[in-house]
Amino acid sequence: MSFETVWFLLIAVLWIGYFILEGFDFGVGMLLPFVSRNEADRRAVLTTLGPVWDGNEVWLLVAGGATFAAFPEWYATLFSGFYLPLFLILISLIVRGVSFEYRSKYGKAQWRQRWDVAIVISSAIPALLWGVAFANIVRGVPLEKSAEGNIEYVGGFFNLLNPYALLGGVVTLTVFLTHGAVFLSLKTAGGIRDKAHEIAKLSGLVAAVAAVGFLLWTNLMLPSINATVLTLSIVVALLWVAGMAMNFIRREGWAFIFSAATILTFVTTLFYALYPRVMPSSLGAQFDLTIRNASSTAYTLKVMTVVAAVMTPLVLLYQGWTYWVFRKRVSSSQIAHPERGALDTASHILHK
Amino acid sequence: MNSLDLARWQFAITTVYHFLFVPITIGMGFVVAGLQTAWYRTGKLKYLRATKFFGKLFLINFAIGVVTGIVQEFQFGMNWSSYSRFVGDIFGAPLAMEGLLAFFLESTFLGLWIFGWDRLPKKLHLASIWLAALGTLFSAYFILAANAWMQHPVGYVINAAKHRAELTNIFTVLTQKTALTSFFHVIPSAAFTAGAFIAGISAWLVLKKKDAEMSRSTMKLGLVTMIISFILVGITGDWTARVMTDQQPMKMAAAEALYTNQDSAPFSLLTIGTLDGSRSVFQIDVPSVLSFLATGDFKGTVKGVNDLQAEYEKTYGPGNYKPNIPMAYWSFRLMIGFGAIAVLIALLTLWRMRKGGMPTGKWVLPAMITLPFMPLLANSMGWIFTETARQPWAVFGLIKTADGVSAVVSAGSVLFTMIVFTLLYGVLAVIEVGLILKVIQNGPAEELDYADPKLGGSDSQTLVMSY
Ligand code: HDD
Ligand code: HEM
Ligand code: HEM
Repeated sequence: MSFETVWFLLIAVLWIGYFILEGFDFGVGMLLPFVSRNEADRRAVLTTLGPVWDGNEVWLLVAGGATFAAFPEWYATLFSGFYLPLFLILISLIVRGVSFEYRSKYGKAQWRQRWDVAIVISSAIPALLWGVAFANIVRGVPLEKSAEGNIEYVGGFFNLLNPYALLGGVVTLTVFLTHGAVFLSLKTAGGIRDKAHEIAKLSGLVAAVAAVGFLLWTNLMLPSINATVLTLSIVVALLWVAGMAMNFIRREGWAFIFSAATILTFVTTLFYALYPRVMPSSLGAQFDLTIRNASSTAYTLKVMTVVAAVMTPLVLLYQGWTYWVFRKRVSSSQIAHPERGALDTASHILHK
Repeated sequence: MNSLDLARWQFAITTVYHFLFVPITIGMGFVVAGLQTAWYRTGKLKYLRATKFFGKLFLINFAIGVVTGIVQEFQFGMNWSSYSRFVGDIFGAPLAMEGLLAFFLESTFLGLWIFGWDRLPKKLHLASIWLAALGTLFSAYFILAANAWMQHPVGYVINAAKHRAELTNIFTVLTQKTALTSFFHVIPSAAFTAGAFIAGISAWLVLKKKDAEMSRSTMKLGLVTMIISFILVGITGDWTARVMTDQQPMKMAAAEALYTNQDSAPFSLLTIGTLDGSRSVFQIDVPSVLSFLATGDFKGTVKGVNDLQAEYEKTYGPGNYKPNIPMAYWSFRLMIGFGAIAVLIALLTLWRMRKGGMPTGKWVLPAMITLPFMPLLANSMGWIFTETARQPWAVFGLIKTADGVSAVVSAGSVLFTMIVFTLLYGVLAVIEVGLILKVIQNGPAEELDYADPKLGGSDSQTLVMSY
């Protein structure tokens, strides 16, 4: 296997990790007001994310950095081309991170309500836009050779809002919403858990319809029916059905495993459909960015392969361990003085 | 303004803003880890209170450090795509390593630390803050190595056909002198910044008579940290200056507004009048010091701007190779100046505290309130100097800033995003300062009770930390 292919795979792995992990963060964020009846509930919901959301987001940062290192042309064309959607995602990620960290610092109801609104919106926007962006990449966007010999995006903003891409956005939005609900039903106790379970039942159906439509469209869009893409698409559908069935009979651990596996297979399908291209051009195959014309030198790829081979298992190990440390369910009865902000009083309770 | 100017402004705004939080995070990470270790070792509750109190401030700051960092990661592709294409083969590698080695470590172990008070045994909990702090060092190292490569490219060849620079040796890139000097200059600067931060805040607590037992210790800790780290900053600054003069003589000439080659060059403390080389109305010079700073020899020759301009035209073809000279001159002086003022305040305060009291006098309160801001200004000035005096180059000698900007992004888009980022950053600054003031007002916790938890914690107990 060439180093280019290795890095294509590694970048796919990074995006898979990102969508599985931050996928449920987005879902939980969107669900915040809908699974909780009172302040204690809301804080319990956010506490399931507290220890892990930043580590989850680093998957995106590494995907970005790795793309820069391994496929600089892809990094340059993609992020300068998809300028405004990426900008909206960045703004959302800023607002979201700050909302998590600052929301419960003050006890004032108005302060918290504002951050709650911010959390819902700033979780929904990236959940939608990542789907739009990826669908556009798979579909192909207008790329052309510039006077300087670079392959550049020439499509503008509204070109990105085509029906296929918007459907892709609906898929990620609803899948992440469901994934988040399943995560909450696994990680919380009491009323939140029941509510999340009910929501997952419903949103799982909506997501299923959207995803099946999107996958059908994807298969039909390919120049000819590709057996592997078709098989993968069917596996995606089956995994999702299994996940929903597990949710239905309240096997929460299994439901989460299946919804994670669905995301894994879904992203794999998209990357498989792309390979060996990284950004196909809708203006002709001669303008496609591929793993060959977008990649770094063999030396750089080799260096990065060594670093990734050593670090990735280590990261998986300690990140996995974190999830294990925080494996206990969170319930609203464990939140001390929910109406009081962390900074409203100087005293702490360490152990009661 | 065209899209080049706007992209430059945007980069300058977002990066300088990011770097207001970065040194506090790096420095405070180690301070908090040290305080917690002191508690672990001695069992004294004042150290636990200090860990909790400064830990809170550290986290408020960290949040903004993280979210502003996300923008940095993608800005190169958004606004500087031509630059990214040209350097990606080399520049991307340290950036990706930073993510894999540093950001994962920082964020994961900080998460464990914040929420781990009742989930991790004492020792593991302490280890997690140390690992998070170590992560900030790795992060600084890799990003500074990337930046050093822009100041002084090494370990590469130019591939003319592909019009890009290609990596030939990663070790040269990661261990070149420029990377080392800047790392060893920036890290003590971060310690200096954190020292001033805790000294100023502790002084306020002492004056307001809040937890005098703790705040007197942490005030001293802050002041001593400032003094020690300033000495290191000075030593490594001097080393940095020599490496810089050797590699980027134009920068040193600009820093001194020195227009023609000169032996035994004086260091000018201050100039009133013009800096365009024609005349200065009023100037205070210290004889031969510049020569010493730049070359290590009081009689050494320092090259002047005009001579270098002629030299560069010969090497790189016609063009203007002069950076903005008043900016370089003043930012260099202000970096040192703000640092020096802060350290003088620290020395004076410590001197007055030697007999166990708190210094008195009208100057104390205003001095302590301004103390934390001085290093922040010094840091910003340091970067503004480093980056603007490198102009017109983005990568010295290889690609000009003007050739690095994205071709497909319109000026309108850059202007729009710049306005939104700036407004959002402004709002965040107000919120952050508000929260910090709130924490200070409340002061450290009064009653603390701690039982060493077992790994994973318990099911039903009240959580120590919740969002
Ligand atoms: C000398 C140190 C230094 C410098 C020059 C920079 N940073 Fe930074 N950065 C850090 C030191 C740091 C840190 C100490 O690791 C931070 C600061 C606050 C924090 O939370 O972590 C951080 C956070 C941070 C994050 C968020 C990490 C997370 O989610 O945990 C990203 C993506 C970046 N930075 C990226 C950059 C880029 C692309 C830079 C160059 C333009 C840059 N930083 C300059
Ligand atoms: C965090 C500390 C940093 C600060 C405060 C800082 C500050 C600045 C400033 C003020 C400029 C504008 C110069 C001008 O346009 O005249 C600039 C330019 C630039 N810097 Fe830095 N910088 C920092 C770190 C870095 C790092 C670590 C990198 C690379 C990894 C970097 C890459 C660049 C690039 C590509 C430019 C060119 C764009 C431009 O000219 O505006 N900077 N920086
Ligand atoms: C004590 C005397 C000091 C000297 C002689 C000195 C020297 C220097 C020099 C020569 C540079 C330019 C490096 C380059 O462009 O390659 C620099 C940059 C810088 N300085 Fe200082 N400095 C001093 C004090 C300070 C203080 C007090 C701070 C902050 C607390 C500070 C923070 C910085 C920063 C953040 C940079 C940019 C990073 C870098 O280029 O390494 N410096 N300093």
